[in-house]
Amino acid sequence: MIQPPFTEEHEELRESVRGFLEREFAPHSQQWEAERWFPDEVFGKLAVQGLLGLKYPTELGGQGGDYLHEAVLVEELSRIGSGGTAAGIGAHINIATPPIWKFGTDEHKQQYLVPAIRGEKIGALAITEPDAGSDVAALRTKAERVDGGWVVNGEKTYITNGVRAHFMVTAVKTTQEGGHHGISFFIIDRGEGVSSSKLEKLGWHASDTATISFENVFVPEENLLGELHEGFKLIMANFQWERLAMALGTVGAMQLAYERTAEYARERSTFGRPLSKHQVIKHKLADLATSAYTARCVTYDALRRFVAGEEPIMQVTMAKLMTQRASFELMDECLQIHGGMGYMGEHWAQRAARDARLGPIGGGSDEIMREILGRLLDL
Amino acid sequence: MATAESVLKPDHQSKRKHFIFTDEHEQLRESIRNFVTKELTPHAEEWEETTFPDSVFRRMGELDLLGLDKPEAYGGQGGDYFTSLVLGEEMTGANSGGLAMGVAVHTDMAMPPILAFGSEEQKQEWVVPAIKGEKILCIGITEPDAGSDVAGIKTRAVKDGDDYVINGSKTYITNGHRADVIVLVTKTDPDAGYGGFTLFLVPMDAPGVIREKKLEKLGMHASDTALLAFQDVRVPATAVLGEVGKGFYHIMWELQGERLIGAAGSVAGAQKCFNRTLDYAKERKAFGREIGKFQVIRHKFAEMATKIESARQMVYVTAWRFANGEYPVREISMAKLHASRIAVEVADECIQIHGGAGYMKEYGVERAWRDSRLNRIGAGTDEIMLDVIGRSYGL
Repeated sequence: MIQPPFTEEHEELRESVRGFLEREFAPHSQQWEAERWFPDEVFGKLAVQGLLGLKYPTELGGQGGDYLHEAVLVEELSRIGSGGTAAGIGAHINIATPPIWKFGTDEHKQQYLVPAIRGEKIGALAITEPDAGSDVAALRTKAERVDGGWVVNGEKTYITNGVRAHFMVTAVKTTQEGGHHGISFFIIDRGEGVSSSKLEKLGWHASDTATISFENVFVPEENLLGELHEGFKLIMANFQWERLAMALGTVGAMQLAYERTAEYARERSTFGRPLSKHQVIKHKLADLATSAYTARCVTYDALRRFVAGEEPIMQVTMAKLMTQRASFELMDECLQIHGGMGYMGEHWAQRAARDARLGPIGGGSDEIMREILGRLLDL
Repeated sequence: MATAESVLKPDHQSKRKHFIFTDEHEQLRESIRNFVTKELTPHAEEWEETTFPDSVFRRMGELDLLGLDKPEAYGGQGGDYFTSLVLGEEMTGANSGGLAMGVAVHTDMAMPPILAFGSEEQKQEWVVPAIKGEKILCIGITEPDAGSDVAGIKTRAVKDGDDYVINGSKTYITNGHRADVIVLVTKTDPDAGYGGFTLFLVPMDAPGVIREKKLEKLGMHASDTALLAFQDVRVPATAVLGEVGKGFYHIMWELQGERLIGAAGSVAGAQKCFNRTLDYAKERKAFGREIGKFQVIRHKFAEMATKIESARQMVYVTAWRFANGEYPVREISMAKLHASRIAVEVADECIQIHGGAGYMKEYGVERAWRDSRLNRIGAGTDEIMLDVIGRSYGL
């Protein structure tokens, strides 16, 4: 039985996406992780398959599908075997381009979204700063009015695609006042005054997560995205999809990790029998399967509501909170079941655990999810 | 009636030492700490890339730190078991789990069985220079197909005239590339079950000893971890360590002391991670105040501190029993299990408190998690500890 909200059509798409990712990217994932970089051609290859524009309209070069089609791709990205590669692709399709689609002018769409769907321009979303992570109101990167546009100064950090991105959808302060108002978004092209430095991380090794400095960067008037001083709306508008996408990626990763670990436990023999026949390991695996299924059900419910046009902030927040922690715990247990082998550098389990650890931090930390829930629950 | 004088104030700053330690232990602690901070910590980052140099052993030999609890007759300091515990704790100050592990394998895993079961010649040949840091030791138990299941070991030693010929492979061997000699667990009688194991001291330059590759790992990057192959390695009968057929029992005995030292290291590492994160939480501001002032973060610290303290007391009391001649395998297993678990939990929580910064290499917190994560696998996995504890109740 196909679990709603997906249908036969989505399962066909899933099969072809999975085959493509496993064939084209998975064989290189180890190398990309080691090189701390996946090649830009990944975007080109995805574009040829139409995978960078699943949810975008055909007149912009997209496939004219909807969020459910995108959901299929996002869920399958774990098949690549490199969280960093999945993150780079995800940043492009899930967080950098949607604001242009929703808030951009026709010119913005032609100039950025169309080439982004073709895989010719790579995008990044730049919000977090060294002194402002979860606390978006504390942003300091500022824009000053000049003739014909703005001059931007400041620093962004933990930006996925931060080195490779051709354009950065960037949150800046356009007024002196603090708080949520006075934040605006600019589409900033890589050019004079923009410099990136790559960060080393616990996981997501193939991703070029970076600190980006803006030094007297001139941004023309027309690169303002959305309304002046109303950038907070733009941030809020995409949060639900971003978090849902994180949950979906996790659902795919958890299922895959469970299956691989169960297979290993059936094959590996200790004390005269397969690992899976030791009661403790059998029960651990039963817990992991339950956790993977729970994550799927919570996420699919939020997805179904989201696609139906509800604003399921509570369900999305719960799905994000529940799945990210559960995924790390599942990966950690998979590592444990593999024993010493799981600790070794070439093993997928340690890589998956490192990659999964970002989940409870990125896209709004667990603590922020609980704060949101606290408000929604009238606490 | 309560007066100002009679009301006790909480003594949060108490530095009173634990009863197992004397002033001498504290002096030793101080001098190890000085050495570690001055000579090891500054290189921690670099050694993550290169693994730590052999010269660390020589330097620690010069400073008399490699034989703290070893007999003076072989160049050791003749100290008690707690001196070794102090070293295990203070080595975590180097911020390099791999370094601490490399040294611990030398002093607390490979050396004890040679001292306990070795002949006088073997002790002179290996222990004396090992205490000086001139020769480096490693121990080979795990194999590609036999980790926790020691009985599944396949490396064979076959008697051939006066010699033995050894064939097999060992993996995850700490110091495996740098070591001069390996305490090697082999099977001499495949039909004798636990009575079929024999230990050998095999020089690593013996023909047929092949260092296959340096293994990459989740953490412990400063340590060299090897996959080793033994192809027709011929050693004389004098290379047997202890008694033929007693290898399994020799090894099981020695693992106990080492597990406790490892547990002490876990606790000390967790404390270090806690301290750094506490500093961070007092400085970092979000939503207008220090993050440590948010109730949820404050409770995270309270939870971590309680875990660390419980593990520390467990380790100290168990060490005290061990040092007083008891052989508390159940409690040692409990201490190892609990200390390893809480160390990983604390490191994970410290990452979370740091947020995005915690995921970045430069803050060093992610390394604490990667390094401590080994403790739940190495020297007996959590599952093996639980099995030992469960069985100790006749189950």
